[in-house]
Amino acid sequence: MDVWRITWFTVLCAAGATAVALPPGVVLAWLLARRKFRGRALVETFVSLPLVMPPVATGLILLMLFSRRGSAGHLLERIGIEVVFTWKAVVLAMAIMGLPMLVRTARAGFEQVNARFEDVAATLGAPPARIFLTISLPLAWPSVLAGAVLAFARALGEFGATIIVAGNIPGATRTLAVAIYGYAETGQDSLAFALILVSVAIAFAALWTANRLVERSAT
Amino acid sequence: MIDLDIELAQGTFLLEARVKLVGRAAALFGPSGAGKTTILDAIAGLRTPRRGSITIDGRSLFSSQRRVNLPPHQRRVGYVPQDVSLFPHMDVRRNLLYGRHPGISPDFERVVGMLEIASLLDRRVTDLSGGERQRVALGRALISGPSVLLLDEPLAAVDIPLRRRILPYLQRVRDELIVPIIYVSHDREEVDALADAVVIVEAGRVRGVEEVTRRPQ
Repeated sequence: MDVWRITWFTVLCAAGATAVALPPGVVLAWLLARRKFRGRALVETFVSLPLVMPPVATGLILLMLFSRRGSAGHLLERIGIEVVFTWKAVVLAMAIMGLPMLVRTARAGFEQVNARFEDVAATLGAPPARIFLTISLPLAWPSVLAGAVLAFARALGEFGATIIVAGNIPGATRTLAVAIYGYAETGQDSLAFALILVSVAIAFAALWTANRLVERSAT
Repeated sequence: MIDLDIELAQGTFLLEARVKLVGRAAALFGPSGAGKTTILDAIAGLRTPRRGSITIDGRSLFSSQRRVNLPPHQRRVGYVPQDVSLFPHMDVRRNLLYGRHPGISPDFERVVGMLEIASLLDRRVTDLSGGERQRVALGRALISGPSVLLLDEPLAAVDIPLRRRILPYLQRVRDELIVPIIYVSHDREEVDALADAVVIVEAGRVRGVEEVTRRPQ
């Protein structure tokens, strides 16, 4: 029974994290693909950092920011929101870890859109926001979706940042990856194995979908 | 009247264009790489000159001296680029309506009738022939209610028989909708059929303007 509860909780959190990462991720991807601005290289590097940093380090940084003594945590506490060691921390860690996948994939999609379409839309009287919503986004949509699926898949497997900032609280913050580690540590090999099977199945489905979407956008 | 006086650097290429156009249709004529498309891009606001001014019927689109630089979506130019660029994710009707502005745009039915594209309205743009695409792109630009129409080699992509069929549409646009046309062309026959002024462009400079005297028909 635990297997399904943990799976369901993890899928929900990963979906929530993808939804949280999507709006800023898409805007960042578009900015990096189309606009030249000061600090662009810096933003580009910063967004991809979670991809190469030790996830545990990312988790520690999040913990420092969102604990009660951290700047963000302090502000959120004032409006009665507690993040650390709750499901919100799971979503936060997953969103940060998934963001680079989303931004990189969506950005490639925006770059593939012929800039002439956007130029023509402008001469037809469309302001930049309308061009983004009616031309750039619909034409780059398969890549944006592929990026979201990859971010979702990355979020599902998130371990290092989650365990630091959300812990391993059964029924509250325990995700697939964290539970696999816990079961393996305590010698409950059959439970660990069941969760591994679930992970493989979901990861396989997500990657397969993302690849089909990228293929479709390339044609 | 279109008053153009611009200097535009693009890599090592330097464009200097100074010309006043009063007629209904002017052709930019010259070898490829001379800077003809760059002139259209500058008028449309897609490239920014490093100095100069662009004025259409007294309305300033760009002036380096007065620090005016209207963004493309406020310039009201109907631009039909060489590669046509119909939006592939919209059908013909949605393409045509994309730039419609109530109060400014000419009547939709009239433009559709004039270009004879009524039967294409529900088609996907990927299913259109070269000549059909050309007419839809022209219609889309016209329906945005432009104060000038910029056409980049409107007939380059179509074969000669089709060219003869599309030319009359362009003449109708010129004569019935009273939108001034600036277009890029390589083709002398096309120029003679449409333009009342020919702007000779060579190596980034305007070499001269020839009046076209048309024999009375």
